[in-house]
Amino acid sequence: MPLSYYLALSALLFAIGAAGVLIRRNVIVIFMAIELMLNAVNLAFVAGARHWHNLDGQVIVFFVMTVAAAEAAVGLAIIIAMFRNRQTLNADELNLLRW
Amino acid sequence: MSLPLFLVFACLLVAAALGVILQRHPLRSALALVATLFLLAVVFLFLDAQLVAVLQIIVYAGAIMVLFLFVIMLLNLQSEPREAGRVGLKLAATLAGSLLALQLIALSRAPVAIPGAGTAGAVAEGFGMTVSVGERLFTQYLLPFEITSVLLLVAIIGAVVLAKRQVS
Repeated sequence: MPLSYYLALSALLFAIGAAGVLIRRNVIVIFMAIELMLNAVNLAFVAGARHWHNLDGQVIVFFVMTVAAAEAAVGLAIIIAMFRNRQTLNADELNLLRW
Repeated sequence: MSLPLFLVFACLLVAAALGVILQRHPLRSALALVATLFLLAVVFLFLDAQLVAVLQIIVYAGAIMVLFLFVIMLLNLQSEPREAGRVGLKLAATLAGSLLALQLIALSRAPVAIPGAGTAGAVAEGFGMTVSVGERLFTQYLLPFEITSVLLLVAIIGAVVLAKRQVS
């Protein structure tokens, strides 16, 4: 199996995640789309590690997962706080930082 | 991993990923994401990344998705109403996503010129198992590994502070 097949699959997953961030207005779903993009990057790293017989790629995946876990914890806490104050999860109605 | 098997899993993966962003109920999106993560774990297995595959299921499908489901249940979310007048936005997003995908795929098929690049073939004994990855993690990547613990601690404290009910 050539490396490019896996990279193409990774690219497709990443693009789906990016499109999800653009079209969805629910912040939780936007979060899931971000997780999708992180997973696409993981796939590219693992495929590279297999292709070059180098374990560094798999170690990086470990770090990406840690960052994803931290991001999910903090982000979901922000979402809960937001929902408590504004009673909405629609990204269009959250304009506190807009000027 | 043979080509037909790869194509089957690639199609399933793309379908599950599309399910994540196209379902209107957040709960169904989350379940589609769980399916995506499991399918990706299988692909990792085919790439001789056993430890990563197991971590994918334990950390992602286990811990992170439970967090997502917990928040979705806690907030008692409903399906999003179908909104009128967003067709332009959706078209633009589809176009942007397709362009990005095409560009990345074209890039991924470009010839790679890295000196000493081995091509696919049999990997060394124990490649991708806990012992070899752990050895790399605790020798060459010890400092980043320790820093991740600080990152997680900061995330835990931040989540507790943020989610704590305001005491007035």
